[in-house]
Amino acid sequence: MSSTATDTAHGDGHGHDAHAPSGWDDPHGHGGHGAHDAHGHAEPHWLIKYFWSTDHKIIGMQYLFTGMFMALIGGFAVYVFRMQLAFPGMSVPFYGRVTATDYNALVTTHGSVMIFWVAMPVLIAALGNYLIPLMIGCDDMVFPRLNRLSYQLFLISAIVLIYSFFVDGGAFGGAWTAYPPLSAKAEYNLTPTGAPLWLFAVALEFAAFLLGGINFVTTVMNSRAKGMKMFDVPIVVWMIIIASILFMASVGPLIAGAVMLMFDQTIGTGFFDPNKGGDPVLWQHLFWFFGHPEVYVVLLPAMGIVAEVITTFSRKKLFAYKSVLYTAVGTGGLSFFVWAHHQFIAGIDPRMANIFSVTTLLISIPVAEMVFVYIATLFGGSIRLTTPMLWALAFIAEFLLGGVTGIFLGASGADIYFHDTYFVIAHFHYTFFPIAFIASFAALTYWFPKMFGRYMNDTWGKVHFWISIISFNCIFIPLFLLGARGDHRRIYDYTHFPDLMKSGMQDLRILATLSLVVLLVTQVIFLVNFFYSMVKGKKAEQNPWKANTLEWQCPSPPPHGNFPDGLPTVHRGPYEFSHPDRQEDYWPQNAS
Amino acid sequence: MIDTYVPNGSSFAGDIDHVILVITAITGFWFFLAEAVLFYLIIKYGEQEGVRAKYVAGEDPKEKRWVAWPHYITLLFDIYIIFAAISVWQDVKQTMPQADETVRVIAQQWAWTFVHPGADGKLDTPDDIRVVDELHVVKGKTYHFELQSRDVLHSFSIPIFRLKQDIIPGRTVRGWFKPTLTGGYDIQCTEICGIGHGIMPARIIVETPEDHAAWVLALTPTQAAITPSEQPTQLGGMP
Ligand code: HEM
Ligand SMILES: [Cu+2]
Ligand SMILES: [Cu+2]
Repeated sequence: MSSTATDTAHGDGHGHDAHAPSGWDDPHGHGGHGAHDAHGHAEPHWLIKYFWSTDHKIIGMQYLFTGMFMALIGGFAVYVFRMQLAFPGMSVPFYGRVTATDYNALVTTHGSVMIFWVAMPVLIAALGNYLIPLMIGCDDMVFPRLNRLSYQLFLISAIVLIYSFFVDGGAFGGAWTAYPPLSAKAEYNLTPTGAPLWLFAVALEFAAFLLGGINFVTTVMNSRAKGMKMFDVPIVVWMIIIASILFMASVGPLIAGAVMLMFDQTIGTGFFDPNKGGDPVLWQHLFWFFGHPEVYVVLLPAMGIVAEVITTFSRKKLFAYKSVLYTAVGTGGLSFFVWAHHQFIAGIDPRMANIFSVTTLLISIPVAEMVFVYIATLFGGSIRLTTPMLWALAFIAEFLLGGVTGIFLGASGADIYFHDTYFVIAHFHYTFFPIAFIASFAALTYWFPKMFGRYMNDTWGKVHFWISIISFNCIFIPLFLLGARGDHRRIYDYTHFPDLMKSGMQDLRILATLSLVVLLVTQVIFLVNFFYSMVKGKKAEQNPWKANTLEWQCPSPPPHGNFPDGLPTVHRGPYEFSHPDRQEDYWPQNAS
Repeated sequence: MIDTYVPNGSSFAGDIDHVILVITAITGFWFFLAEAVLFYLIIKYGEQEGVRAKYVAGEDPKEKRWVAWPHYITLLFDIYIIFAAISVWQDVKQTMPQADETVRVIAQQWAWTFVHPGADGKLDTPDDIRVVDELHVVKGKTYHFELQSRDVLHSFSIPIFRLKQDIIPGRTVRGWFKPTLTGGYDIQCTEICGIGHGIMPARIIVETPEDHAAWVLALTPTQAAITPSEQPTQLGGMP
């Protein structure tokens, strides 16, 4: 790395000087690059390099691999409890018999893990860390050590959660929503240690993401490359920032609630205990005041990924960049006013449902706007169906169904019937699966050449894509039907309900379970392709997709400090594809 | 649509089904239209040798109307759905028609106790009939219900009535229904309430006035609580 060039770039003064002295206690921290010279360029011990690093790319990878590992746990949990539903009482291969206690613990773990330990770390923490400095053209996060601390807290939270499976009474089984009094008292939930540990793990995880969020927002505010104006920032970066702000603004009340709940559990307070003057419904308000914005916290980054991928592979400028941005902000704002649609029939004042029904249906407008804009972007394009593009298009196609089924649930009158049925489950999996998995696969296949300097195998990528998409639909279409026929949620054995064992219903359950098994097994294709290509894949150049954003204008993989030839200067927006004045059909943001 | 599979068994079930049908028609139309446009564009604008993509910023109002118009229409449909949904909601949850009789539903981990008013038609009198896991009602009568919980949250759900209401410890939550179909059907607990949540089934028996009178008569002179042969608090299927 030419430190002279980098230092000159630093001289531009994009806020980097502020943290220059941080290098001294930081074996491979970036600090100012002046600090690097003092260290010479001796490679640090690999343990330090990979586990004590403050480099945003390494921290991004740590989050990514931890998230992938947690996805395996979440996937195993769903495999076990779906087998029980399809074949009640069977001894599940690789697990054994599933008791009612096990069932609830597995359902709870599946939900919490997929949202808090997979979607959040992969979409926000991993991609945010990896991409933000590269895409805004700087050398690292503003607070690199805070960043390292964020990952360490996250790792501890994951360990605490896993550990809770091995304590007396087992892991918490009161659902990811943890409604008291069930979650508050051991005499009700029968998991005296598991319940507080679950809560502690979630709270730690939130602390980790708060640190990450502060870092993202500050970095984008201060460290953008010279010339990069607000509307030159790539959509995915914007989305991660908006999501981080939403998260930080909504999580406060939930953390307060979590502290109260923990006191109820451990020292016998009665915040949520009606016998002591408390109110169980209070928790639901605190939870969903966070919980609904949270769905947009994960949705927006996924939308951002899709914007990057479809513009690149349709060689098109993003349709109405500013509108996308304003709608994202609008959706985020509105998402603070819809939470009680989760509580229509929870015993709140029924007049409140009218207000929340209106706000909930209104939020479908900005959400639809984003989808319409992406579809409009394809118009007049030159579409190349690479593996990442297939994933991005599938995101739009599948998310649409998640969005429209939300309308059924937001319409208070219809929700009386659908609430807490499998219809709800199918609805949010048509939103969450596209978000947490489809968009993540789009991101991983798209940025893989940048991350590892090699290509993934495209043929196997497509095989993985098609089997995953088909099996995903074969899981959740049956669940819509089962929900409409009255299957309620979190039920361990339907054979006790004569009306739910009518003709064909068990067949639908079996179909969903078998499709799930196919989906899970298919992921082996991805994992092998991913790890094999990391070491043996075809070498990739700097800008393999001929994209415009700054991460493609540095080596693959980017070295420590990111831009060896000096930090870039930006001259235009991120989506100048097929510009009439240019010979090539792309125009990098920093090209003169 | 719903009633193809789940019979329509209360005075308001048809209204709820109707809202669901309206939403299905509207969102179904949008869904298939959007998917059709998406697939059309993907096929039409597939990469071709020597054909360059168009340069469209989408900032010009002339271009923007392609997404603006679908919006206005969406908004219109939304408003229609809101009115339809809220009017049913108000009938079911915000109004309490005059009751012919009131029943009390007591939920606990993991069983239901149903308190019927008995021959005198009044609760809290000596002839109340308490039955575990079976609720007996008369077709065509309007009922108020009082929901109570002894421990955690539960939810009182009768799919054929399209009725669902959470039960909160420390409160009495009220509501109403009017059965329109005789027979025996599932009652579900739809709020997770601990390890026995999955095996907390009950039945509602909707009877003709004559059958119901006979049932009341058979149970009237006996003790306050009837314990059926099968103890519901025992967790079936557990080791
Ligand atoms: C047009 C947009 C959407 C609307 C109108 C909508 C509406 C709703 C409503 C009303 C419910 C409550 C249903 C009930 O419990 O009875 C619900 C549940 C849920 N939605 Fe959505 N939703 C939308 C988009 C999303 C998105 C984008 C996500 C995920 C990122 C999402 C995730 C969820 C989850 C996780 C639940 C269930 C929570 C639980 O009870 O465990 N939704 N949705
Ligand atoms: Cu919500
Ligand atoms: Cu229950």
